[in-house]
Amino acid sequence: MTMERRDFLKLIGAGVGVGASGALFAQSSGQRVVVVGGGFGGATAAKYLKLKNPGLNVVLIEPNRQYVSCPLSNEVLGGEATIEHLTFGYDGLKKRGVTLVHDTVTAIDPQARKVTVSGGNTFTYDRAIVAPGIDFRWDAIKGYDEAASHAIPHAYKAGAQTTLLANQLKSMKDGGVVIITVPEYPFRCPPGPYERASMIAHYLKHHKPRSKIIILDAKESFSKQGLFMQGWKQHYEGMIEWVSGSKGGEVESVDVATRTVSSAVGNKHPADVLNIIPPQYAGKIAHTTGLVDPKGWCPVNVRTFESTQHPGIHVIGDASMAGAMPRSGYSANSQAKVAAAAVIASLRGVPAGEPSFINACYSMIAPEHGISITNVYMVKDKQLIEVPGAGGISPMDATPEFRKLEVVHAKSWFRNVTTDMFT
Amino acid sequence: MKMKWKGWALAASALLLASGTARAAPTAEMLSDPCAGCHGTYGNSAGTTTPTLANHSKQSLVDAMKKFKSGERPATIMGRIAKGYGDVDFEAMGDFFSKQKFHAANQPFDKKKAARGAELHSSNCARCHLEDGKEGKDASPVMAGQWLDYLKIEMGLYTSGKRKMSDEKKEKVQPLSATDLEALLHYYASVTR
Ligand SMILES: Cc1cc2nc3c(=O)[nH]c(=O)nc-3n(C[C@H](O)[C@H](O)[C@H](O)COP(=O)(O)OP(=O)(O)OC[C@H]3O[C@@H](n4cnc5c(N)ncnc54)[C@H](O)[C@@H]3O)c2cc1C
Ligand code: HEC
Repeated sequence: MTMERRDFLKLIGAGVGVGASGALFAQSSGQRVVVVGGGFGGATAAKYLKLKNPGLNVVLIEPNRQYVSCPLSNEVLGGEATIEHLTFGYDGLKKRGVTLVHDTVTAIDPQARKVTVSGGNTFTYDRAIVAPGIDFRWDAIKGYDEAASHAIPHAYKAGAQTTLLANQLKSMKDGGVVIITVPEYPFRCPPGPYERASMIAHYLKHHKPRSKIIILDAKESFSKQGLFMQGWKQHYEGMIEWVSGSKGGEVESVDVATRTVSSAVGNKHPADVLNIIPPQYAGKIAHTTGLVDPKGWCPVNVRTFESTQHPGIHVIGDASMAGAMPRSGYSANSQAKVAAAAVIASLRGVPAGEPSFINACYSMIAPEHGISITNVYMVKDKQLIEVPGAGGISPMDATPEFRKLEVVHAKSWFRNVTTDMFT
Repeated sequence: MKMKWKGWALAASALLLASGTARAAPTAEMLSDPCAGCHGTYGNSAGTTTPTLANHSKQSLVDAMKKFKSGERPATIMGRIAKGYGDVDFEAMGDFFSKQKFHAANQPFDKKKAARGAELHSSNCARCHLEDGKEGKDASPVMAGQWLDYLKIEMGLYTSGKRKMSDEKKEKVQPLSATDLEALLHYYASVTR
């Protein structure tokens, strides 16, 4: 940690003093942090910046006035939640003193430390936190581009896409075939596609019991696989077929008109309802800003989540490369707190402290059958790793009461994490 | 300035060595903030089945974490999480949460049951769970204003024998009927401060 003279003078200008604890601190009034994106990462970051340092000027830029959560969106397909349950506004953050700008960031100039929005306004920053989530690689699957997604949903950004998929399931005939395609890693929410298959199966079992679900997967295994397979056998025997990459699961092209998937080995799979989960990379603004590596994700210093490509910009959530942490809402929430603390430390001119993280992901297999995966993370030798001996998945031999408890805890988690973000 | 920061770093690492932890120690706040995803900001839970941790006594939190870690106390997920930390971390978290302001859960309860529960509390529980169950003595957690759904889950674990009761607790709890216990929990749910 070195401090340049210029920064030191800035500190003096901002009023440096010695706190009760004897630590060097700088009053931060007037210092501005711009947060790009108001999802799990960005909303949490804006809140925690204000919570820990109310004097900061925090500007949150997010195009939508309402955020629709992906977590619990699979439950909408199963009839266990509604879109209203998943929709949140930004009034709570405004009450905390966060300045909301509902616009899209079109450019970030890391040298001038300046953000431009589509309306043309610009915002300078002392530090920026960028949390744009993911975008889809529309060039990866032949025939499946953004226009095609209006007929064949990805439903991997919640909202209108979720409703589209739910409606297609509702109008499907009994005995129909639902196909879900899953890309190679990395993608957001590793258990998401399999929770989705479970929730769709739950809906079909009660409304269209002769129907089938086929999962065409580019991979050879998947998250919480044993637990999912056990649950499928218990609740949806014979309804869900999982096809791994080497058995023909890898998708090459999609014919929109006939809702047909062609696999890399040449098999054709016609579907009545088709859900394509496309390959992903960091949200577009990360690309235009030059924050991504050749694979399209943002490398960061995992102690602070500051970009290794552009100092002064921290990247959190799905867009970042966070070592052993999966891309999840919980991870983004946890990383946001580390980044907020690092930003505050840096504005005070003190070194960032040692970080600590948690991730937890609940999945609902049936209304009374929940499972989870969790871990605690630390940084060692500049790598973000799982704390050895901790974490893991729900036990295979759990009782029905245990599975039922994990459903209520999942709902409790959702209440807490969204309250932690938006109030 | 460069020298100065090096000095800081040296002092910090000397401290770490002295405390004997395997990894550099995150602050109490840094260790505790990730818990908010499930337990609410600063430990005030907004979800009905995950307990509020704010204002628990330090000892009660440390004790709970140690028992989750060893498996002595049954859990759906806390066992897996507690294994990620050491005793020093538990102490830090205990310090942190014990100092947070408690917000009683805003929840419906049955008035009649709560009134009956109030009597049972003073006859059976008040000796250890002080001040109307508001403040935990030693290792007893805050119960007043805690979520009713959570209290029911834990009481279920006690009565089914999955969670071990101290002899003192057993003596007071075992004579109570299921209706009595339910009344008692409604009483705690009714106490706000
Ligand atoms: C079906 C499904 C189920 C899931 N279930 C779970 C679950 O149970 N638990 C869990 O932990 N995670 C779950 N996830 C994963 C979770 O949704 C993501 O990991 C999480 O949303 C990542 O947070 P983020 O802040 O990185 O991105 P997001 O939450 O996607 O937020 C990004 C925000 O940035 C905004 N934005 C993008 N570009 C710009 C720009 N140029 N200017 C301004 N704003 C911009 C967007 O509008 C958006 O609001 C699930 C995901 C899916 C798809
Ligand atoms: C994924 C959700 C989740 C996370 C993350 C989590 N908890 Fe918990 N916690 C629970 C649940 C659920 C329970 C009830 C026991 C169980 O089923 O695991 C609980 C119970 C507890 C209790 C018992 C309280 C009492 O009244 O006896 C303590 C203490 C606790 N947690 C502390 C923590 C701390 C400290 C952290 C952060 C390091 C944490 N928890 C992180 C879900 C979580």
